[in-house]
Amino acid sequence: MPTLDPVIWFFVLGLVAGVARADLRLPSAIYDFVSTLLLLAIGLKGGVELARDGGGLPLPELGGILLLGFLLPLPAYAAARGIGRLGRADAASLAAHYGSVSVGTYAVVIGHLATRGIEFEARAPVWVVLLEVPAIVAGILLARGLSGKLAWGRLLRELFLGRSIVLLLGGLAIGWVAGPDGTASIQPLFFDLFKGILALFLLEMGLIAAAQLPTLRRHGVFIVAFGLLAPLVFAVAGALLGRALGLSPGGVTVLATLAASASYIAAPAAIRTAVPEANPALSLTASLAVTFPFNIIVGIPLYERLAAALAG
Amino acid sequence: MEQFPRRLLTIVTEAALERELISEFDALGVRGYTISDARGKGGRGRRQSDWAQQGNIRIEIVCDPALAERVAARLRVRYYDHYAMILFMQDVDVLRPEKF
Repeated sequence: MPTLDPVIWFFVLGLVAGVARADLRLPSAIYDFVSTLLLLAIGLKGGVELARDGGGLPLPELGGILLLGFLLPLPAYAAARGIGRLGRADAASLAAHYGSVSVGTYAVVIGHLATRGIEFEARAPVWVVLLEVPAIVAGILLARGLSGKLAWGRLLRELFLGRSIVLLLGGLAIGWVAGPDGTASIQPLFFDLFKGILALFLLEMGLIAAAQLPTLRRHGVFIVAFGLLAPLVFAVAGALLGRALGLSPGGVTVLATLAASASYIAAPAAIRTAVPEANPALSLTASLAVTFPFNIIVGIPLYERLAAALAG
Repeated sequence: MEQFPRRLLTIVTEAALERELISEFDALGVRGYTISDARGKGGRGRRQSDWAQQGNIRIEIVCDPALAERVAARLRVRYYDHYAMILFMQDVDVLRPEKF
């Protein structure tokens, strides 16, 4: 039996406690605090590595990853319409969620790679930022069409000023400006405690996923099948792109995981106001109760093997 | 002590709508409101406040009856179809009428 990273057991604990309706509820302030720490730590770590190694973001990488974000929703939308027989708004919402990314899943994959001693590109947090927004825009376009009456200015402002982007880019900038020596004083909180913070985050995610399970039963087989198959297909797309861009095997694993992950923060919030007729529980349940657990328990080790196989 | 009658409008809805509703209130001329996190159960299932994504908020507005009607009408037209939202009104008395 492959050894599971201990942080994953915290997710399982939260899930089991939630299903059993145990007396366990973390205040929302704790969730906010823990996720803020994670986002800043991820950004800082990337920034420090960038300051150490130098190097920017190659243009083909920027374009390729943005394009991936725009294109991933299309097959998801087609599958949801054609196979799942979902309405236009629900299919578009699902497509937006699955094209966008989950920072929680990203935190788990970099923790996994660190444990395994596998290096990856320091600029990886930038990929998260690049992949978060395009799919949400694509999803809204799929639902509304180009002519739809929508306050795009406000929507884009809210998307780009969302918590995850601000904290990731902010952390990246601080890490880059301060460098390895400058960040030494904050190292204990952000770097040494990373895995512990991740464990707390995953405990909460387990509780949140468990709360979605009753909804899952109502939405039936398609949502479960979609939640399991979409990440596998998207991971291959992400891995192939990573390989084509010449990323390291660690980088290919990260990009495959990001493509496989589904949003449960930025996309639900944006879609809720931009596509109000979509059923919010449908996409969120698939993302939280099916795809997130699948990716962190089964998916990430698979994507690592895929990346190794592609590297030959 | 003299008291002045006003209407208290209470709205319980999805936290996701907070920003949008605030701009509606500003546009309608609401001078003040109080927003708090809430949780409970209703027609769209159990809603928890421990995770902001799915939480509810409770908005309280004290204003004159005409404005309360305008706000209620606006919310009913724009949000009732697709969002979890309830709204109710009560008579209240205030001490400083110029504030409301």
